[in-house]
Amino acid sequence: MITFMNNSDSEEEPCNERTSLMSAESPPVPSYQDGLQASDAGEVQAHRKRRAGSSRSPNNIAGGEMSGSSIPVRESALENEEEELTLKYGAKHVIMLFVPVTLCMIVVVATIKSVRFYTEKNGQLIYTPFSEDTPSVGQRLLNSVLNTIIMISVIIVMTVFLVLLYKYRCYKFIHGWLILSSLMLLFLFTYIYLGEVLKTYNVAMDYPTLFLVIWNFGAVGMICIHWKGPLQLQQAYLIMISALMALVFIKYLPEWSAWVILGAISIYDLMAVLCPKGPLRMLVETAQERNEPIFPALIYSSAMMWTVGMAKPDTAARGPSQQTWDAAEDGREHHRNPSQADSQMSETRSAVPTRPVTSLEELEEEERGVKLGLGDFIFYSVLVGKAAATASGDWNTTLACFVAILIGLCLTLLLLAVFKKALPALPISITFGLIFYFSTDNLVRPFMDTLASHQLYI
Amino acid sequence: PAFGLFLFTIARDPLRIIILIAGAFFWLVSLLLSSLIWFIAVKASDPRDERLQKGLLIFGVMFSVLLQEAFRFLYYKLLRKAIEGLVALSEDGCSPISIQQMAYVAGVGFGLMSGAFSMINLLADALGPGTVGIHGDSQLYFLTSAFMTMVLIFLHTFWGILFFHGCEHRRWWEIAAVVVMHLTVSGSSFCNPLYVGSLVPSYLLMAAAAAWAYLLSGGSAQNLRRFLLCK
Repeated sequence: MITFMNNSDSEEEPCNERTSLMSAESPPVPSYQDGLQASDAGEVQAHRKRRAGSSRSPNNIAGGEMSGSSIPVRESALENEEEELTLKYGAKHVIMLFVPVTLCMIVVVATIKSVRFYTEKNGQLIYTPFSEDTPSVGQRLLNSVLNTIIMISVIIVMTVFLVLLYKYRCYKFIHGWLILSSLMLLFLFTYIYLGEVLKTYNVAMDYPTLFLVIWNFGAVGMICIHWKGPLQLQQAYLIMISALMALVFIKYLPEWSAWVILGAISIYDLMAVLCPKGPLRMLVETAQERNEPIFPALIYSSAMMWTVGMAKPDTAARGPSQQTWDAAEDGREHHRNPSQADSQMSETRSAVPTRPVTSLEELEEEERGVKLGLGDFIFYSVLVGKAAATASGDWNTTLACFVAILIGLCLTLLLLAVFKKALPALPISITFGLIFYFSTDNLVRPFMDTLASHQLYI
Repeated sequence: PAFGLFLFTIARDPLRIIILIAGAFFWLVSLLLSSLIWFIAVKASDPRDERLQKGLLIFGVMFSVLLQEAFRFLYYKLLRKAIEGLVALSEDGCSPISIQQMAYVAGVGFGLMSGAFSMINLLADALGPGTVGIHGDSQLYFLTSAFMTMVLIFLHTFWGILFFHGCEHRRWWEIAAVVVMHLTVSGSSFCNPLYVGSLVPSYLLMAAAAAWAYLLSGGSAQNLRRFLLCK
């Protein structure tokens, strides 16, 4: 049984496209972190090697760099320095990631709280065919578990498909897929979102204006994400896209399924990144072997922008871009989120520390950034958004989940600095988030409500 | 005001932001545990007995205060370790952030989180329609809540400084004083809605704590005068 969205036909397309995009996107890209070692190195070779390894984002398309492999090269020589730099820049990088994650969550929460559309249940995705309107608890649980299994297997299939495509160098296909998905995301979802927001605030807008606005927004977005553009603009677009995707998830995933899916995805993320035979890991390794940059559309990079544009595996640009990419990648930490399964995923999940590198030798530590996969953004926002939507209208729960996710991100980055290789960004944060959500909703809320009604303070 | 504090003093330095969020996290965990205890107690008791419920609530509040202070201590321990790590890793052998700054930031973290939890639902409801105190409760509910929250946030900040200072110099009486003050403030809120009983002592205590923390941080009356006269 397939339940589509109840809207017009055009909305069925996104479903299918999303499916295809999802497969393309494959499961969340594990967060990948490269050690910051490269920066001090003067050796180009080492850098290049390191970069190739580190910049790969195994998950989704982006070529992950195997930071792991490159690390041993320089480890002995620069280990101490690197560690220092790592931790010294650690705080800055953490903040560089805090800000976009916070922004994304704020956008999602603000929309959920104000626009009614995203909390109405208007149908389900075809990925979650089992409905949750069953009378008994056991049946509901069973349905949600089945939904989760279907979703996860779709994600796995997509990831494997992506890895295969990458392995057999079908770059055009992947590119086309990415472009298609981002196109759909930028235009269609924005149109729906804008429509709903305007409806909520009762603002009238005529079609020509709407068309103009959306066209500009979408076109600039496409250029920014897939080609060159100012860093801030690209970051802003990636954040908006993640928020849109998260909103779609929040709307169309039934409640229990959403929570189970979140849990299952973080487990999957953990396995896909860390197991030697995981698809993401294979992707990373392949990308490292070929010394290629990661696909730009799936990663959020907190530093240099234009390497992203050059990160496309075009043969023409490969030489110089690889160099710059390598230079940039050295000492970058990559986080990859395997959650790029969705179209968002195509948006480059990893946050690549973009550095405006001009030459290889200039790999100093000034602008090392961190890369985080977009899928991570999406799932964090889904968690917080669901908390805002369904936690009895309580802001405390939302706030608690927010803090929990940030702390999880902190810990993940810390582990990244310690281990210096790609790490999944989802598990820790999502675990914290889930724990805090359920406990705050059930335990803290009655306590605080009682306190507030008597106006007691603790 | 607390948000202003945050903007001016903390938002610049990323390390401080991390410490802030971690402080908020610790407060949250302490709240979680204390509400767990309260919840169990409530479930295990008779829901119809009013006095028992009130007694349980008071017990919950006291326990929560104690737990908060315990977590503040744990956080202090963690920050000590972190400082050692930072010192070891920094280039010139001294930590980029001092323990007093950490104390301040931790205090603000605790305070912000507690304030947020106390106020935010109130604010959300305040946006909606309705009349304050329509059932015979005080009409100043929102106002007093706001003031109480503010005083609590400031108090948490000062307590943070005092507490860490006490731990640093092993002056147990300082720590005990902080705990007692916290208990007093929470206890005074039991006098609500007799607001005189709760707001006034809290503000007095806050002034006292502020002066104490200021003196501890190396300030003096001369500094103050010089600052005020813009010398």
